[in-house]
Parts: sequence; structure tokens; C-alpha cells
Amino acid sequence: MTTLHARHAHWMWVAMLFVALGLVRSAWAADVALPKAKIYRVEIHGFAFSPKTLSVPVGSRVTWLNSDEEPHVVTSAGSLFTSSKALDTGDSFSTTFQKPGTYAYYCSIHPMMVGTIIVQ
Amino acid sequence: MQDVHDNQAQGRRDFLKCMAWAGAGTLWLMKGGVLHAQPLGDGAQAAARDASFSFAQISDSHIGFHKAPNTDVGATFKEALALVKKQKPTFVMHTGDLTHLSKPEQFDTLAGLVQGANVGRVFYVPGEHDVIGDNGAEYFRRFGERQQPGGWYSFDQGGVHFVALINVLNLKAGGLGSLGADQLGWLKNDLAGLSSETPVVVFAHMPLWSVYPQWGWGTDDSTEAMSYLRRFGSVSVLNGHIHQIQQKVEGTITFYTARSTAYPQPAPGVGPGPGPLQTVAPDALHRYIGIRDVRHVQGKDALAVTEEALS
Repeated sequence: MTTLHARHAHWMWVAMLFVALGLVRSAWAADVALPKAKIYRVEIHGFAFSPKTLSVPVGSRVTWLNSDEEPHVVTSAGSLFTSSKALDTGDSFSTTFQKPGTYAYYCSIHPMMVGTIIVQ
Repeated sequence: MQDVHDNQAQGRRDFLKCMAWAGAGTLWLMKGGVLHAQPLGDGAQAAARDASFSFAQISDSHIGFHKAPNTDVGATFKEALALVKKQKPTFVMHTGDLTHLSKPEQFDTLAGLVQGANVGRVFYVPGEHDVIGDNGAEYFRRFGERQQPGGWYSFDQGGVHFVALINVLNLKAGGLGSLGADQLGWLKNDLAGLSSETPVVVFAHMPLWSVYPQWGWGTDDSTEAMSYLRRFGSVSVLNGHIHQIQQKVEGTITFYTARSTAYPQPAPGVGPGPGPLQTVAPDALHRYIGIRDVRHVQGKDALAVTEEALS
């Protein structure tokens, strides 16, 4: 009887371990997927890009969000990446940087607004 | 007409501080080679009587803008056109930012409003809001003059030489408005055959003087353009872009920026950037109509340039 009880308890522990492992694994999966899909953000506010300079690993996706009342356009200096369309208030634009380098950009309608993405 | 001279600059600053809103436009009267500005309202017809001709300037209609402080920029533009029509100007000039986002439907709306108002000949120059994404293709297709491949042009009216310049294309990172070498070369040639007595009116969207470069309110190569204009006895440079009245006199050249028919922008350096002034209550918008601001300069040939603008 004692043995049987012990066995039962043993199986219960094993089952619980599997459940726990399953949870850990799914959490891992999410963790592993995140770096690939990590979105780097640049805020456009007060006629400025923030942060003005952003360093990201190769393969990163960068998203600009315009929270100004004025439209802005993210334009690559030297056309190294495709420019955004006109971003009205609340509009965003994303692009992925596959090659290392320094990507200067500006707003084509307010060219005094400049920023840099450094891809390492 | 009410003159406000330089020594009343304090009053002007106060005016700019509380200055709020957008304007209907300015009626420009050419009297013996002297450009006078006149309110678009009562009295304009009487003042226009002895003018050799007149033209109206409207600017920054921003069709497509729909937020505070003006949720109906089409309506205010229509009002401006109605006031223009009453004055029967020889022609109308729109100094850019017809639309907010260069969208075809926004250009169509503007074209429809202008056509419906029946104000006669309208000359345009593009603003940076009219050339987004396509270097102005949609704009030029509808409103472009075809004198030059670059879109800039000139014409003569009543003995006055008018020059329309484009300074919103090929802008460089960190830069201001730009005319570019091709346009400057053309301008030099265009002016070369004129006698120095010819009154010249230059119009473009962005200011052709450094109003506030930190906000992009200027043009990188305007100094060279001005060097071609200095020999003339009377030069008036009309711009839009900054949605408020600012003026500067340099010898015989007077620079003038116009209000917008859509919404005001803050005075230079006030606040984080040159966005719409949102704090103006809708019912206060028209209260500023009729405010005048006049300065004049006496040139060596006794040519005076007078400016007056109002909402």
C-alpha cells in the first residue's frame, strides 16, 4: 500500500514536472522569437526624431511613429532605404536594416529634422 | 491705410504675440511702381481706384488638414476666395501649400474651389506639402506653368516683372529651402534684359530670407538670388510657408510673408516647432480679421514699398 501510494505520488510529480516544463518551453519559445521580431522605435514629436541616433543589430526592424500634428516623411539621405509616404498624425512607417552601416535620414518636408540609424 | 513704422516695432511684437489666426489674403495694389497692400474688405475698392492694377495673394490653404484650430480649411479658403473676387484683381497668386499631403483628391478639391469661385487667372507656386512622394508630379500636372522644365516662370503685367520661383524641391538633410543652380542660372538670364527701373515682384513658397533657420524658415541659396535683384529700384519678395506676417527691408528689397487661409503657426522660436497653433478657439479665429500691419521704406528713387495685411 505504501509502495502504491508512493508510486502514485511519483507519477503525479512527473506529470506536474511535464506541465511545468511545457510552460517553461512555451515561455522560452516566446523569448527566442522576441529578439528577431524586436521593434525599435523612433518617435517623431516636436519636429524632431527621438532618439536622434539609434543603434540596432543587423536585421532589426525600425518603426517611426509620428505623434506630431504636422505630417512628416522619413527620407534616407542618399536613398539607402526606401522612404516613407507622408506620415500624418498617428501614422507609422517600418523598415528592416539588413546590412551594417550608418543610415542618415531626414524629413523631406522639414529637412532640418535629421536622424541616424547605426546598424551593427 | 494705416501705416505702422519701424519705431512701432513693439506694437508689432505684441501683435505677433497675440496674433493668431489665418488670413483671407492680401490685395496688392501697384501704384506708379509702388506696391501697396490693402485689406481684403471694406475700403479696398476705393483704395484700388488709382492703382494701375492689383493682384491678390492667398497662401497655405492646406486642403486636407482637419484638426484644431481649423477643422474646415475648405470653408475658410472659400471665404478668402469670395473676398478676393469682390476686389476684381487682375490676377491671383497662391504662394504654395495648396494641399496638406499632396493627395490627388486634395488637389482636386482645391482646383474645384478655385474654379467655383470664378476669380480669374491664378498663378501658383508649390509648397513642400505639394510635392510629397512624387517631386510634385500631381501638382505640376494640374497647376504647373510650362515655361521651363523646372517649373519656375516669369511674366509681365502693367510694366511690372513677376518671377515665380520654386524652393521646395531637392531639399537636403539639415538644409533649408533650395533654388538650385539651374533655377539661379535661369533667374540671372531672366532679369538680365530688364532696366533697373522695372519694378520686380518675386514670389515663392518658403521665405527667401532667413526668418528662423532653426525651423527651416529660409532658403539655402537665396543670397545669390538677391544678388541679381539688388540693382533694381523696387523689389518685392512675397512668400507663404510660415503662416504669419513677417517683414524685412533690405535696401530696395522688401520681403514679406503671408498668413495662411487655414491655420496660424507660432512666432519664430516660440514652442517646440512650427506646427499649427492649436490654442486658438474656433470662435476667436475671425476676430483678428482686419488687423493691419504696414511698414514702408523710402528708397533712393523715392520708391516706397508698402505692405498691409489682414485676416
